[in-house]
Amino acid sequence: MAVSENYPELKSNQNFSELSEELRNTENKISFSRQFYNDTVTQYNTKLMVFPSNIIASLFHFTPRDLFTAESEEARKNVKVDFGN
Amino acid sequence: MFKNIKRNKMESGIIIAIFILVITLIVYYICHALELGTFSIVIALIFSISSAWASYYYSDKIVLSINKARPATKEEDLKIVNILDALMVPSGLTSKPRLYVVDDPQPNAFATGRNPKNAVICVTTGLLDKLGYYELEGVIAHELSHIKNYDILLSCVVSVMVGFIVMLSDMFSRFLLWGGMDHNRDRNNDRDRNGNGILMLIGLICLILSPLFGSLMQLALSRKREFLADATAVEFTRNPDGLISALQKLDADTNQLATANNATANMYIVNPFKQNMKEGKKNFSNIFSTHPSIEDRIEALRNLEV
Repeated sequence: MAVSENYPELKSNQNFSELSEELRNTENKISFSRQFYNDTVTQYNTKLMVFPSNIIASLFHFTPRDLFTAESEEARKNVKVDFGN
Repeated sequence: MFKNIKRNKMESGIIIAIFILVITLIVYYICHALELGTFSIVIALIFSISSAWASYYYSDKIVLSINKARPATKEEDLKIVNILDALMVPSGLTSKPRLYVVDDPQPNAFATGRNPKNAVICVTTGLLDKLGYYELEGVIAHELSHIKNYDILLSCVVSVMVGFIVMLSDMFSRFLLWGGMDHNRDRNNDRDRNGNGILMLIGLICLILSPLFGSLMQLALSRKREFLADATAVEFTRNPDGLISALQKLDADTNQLATANNATANMYIVNPFKQNMKEGKKNFSNIFSTHPSIEDRIEALRNLEV
């Protein structure tokens, strides 16, 4: 995104604007997915501990789950779109 | 934030419980005071339910045709289609609501539909033109919250109950006019006459005031659910500033919505009837408003812990 600042004509190009819209949309979906997963896990873990659902949890042996974290250093880096050909 | 949402849902439940209690008391009172109680009550209930049923079941088609909405397409409305697409993920809804656009300069949006599978979200062209990306995201998240929280179903059920109260109260007052009380007066002379008269009077006053009480409860519930929708929207986006800034822009705009009417006013994100006041225009909410004031909503959003 930052590199495209050097090329002002690029912004008016329709293909480029479609691409940047797609990228933005995909990145949003990814971060929302992570957020939703972690929210659900948190609510699940909470239900395991509070009364009255903890009774049913121990009856049926439900276990706590881990929150999602990006495992490798590679996964944490920003996405780089390469136009090289 | 989750605490806030939970408390709001509990308080909505309390309002509905009070409602049901009041209806039960009225029904009991009528059964006691009139002889032919049960039949007329059943008629009132059937009437109220059937008149609300069609408008609820076909709410999506009806509201869309009133407002002359066109479906949103990827070619023309890519931005808002993508925003809705992305927001489906954190909302946890399985089917995507259909998106429609209405040509109107007033920025506003509404959601309708009897359940999440048959849901519809509609935005005005004024909204698309005047709001930025995160603001639009906040508005769509607010509408998705209404759908997820079954607010349309809730407001239908409540309006059935209010309609029921109104009808009962109406029937009873007609019965009074036509001298139904003579029947009871004879009966009362046989039993104790002192206590019964006062009770009847109090019951009578309650009955006459009950439609007003019903409407006030309905409006209070509507305002409560608006706060809930704001909080749930932030649960989806984790960005209160988007919605805050959207509400500020919506408040500042003075256009009047062309197709606004009282029946559908409560489903919009901001009250479509703009109060045309002199300068120093203050957006207030009182017990007769369907929406809380924008200031109250913004303050509630700022106080949310994300």
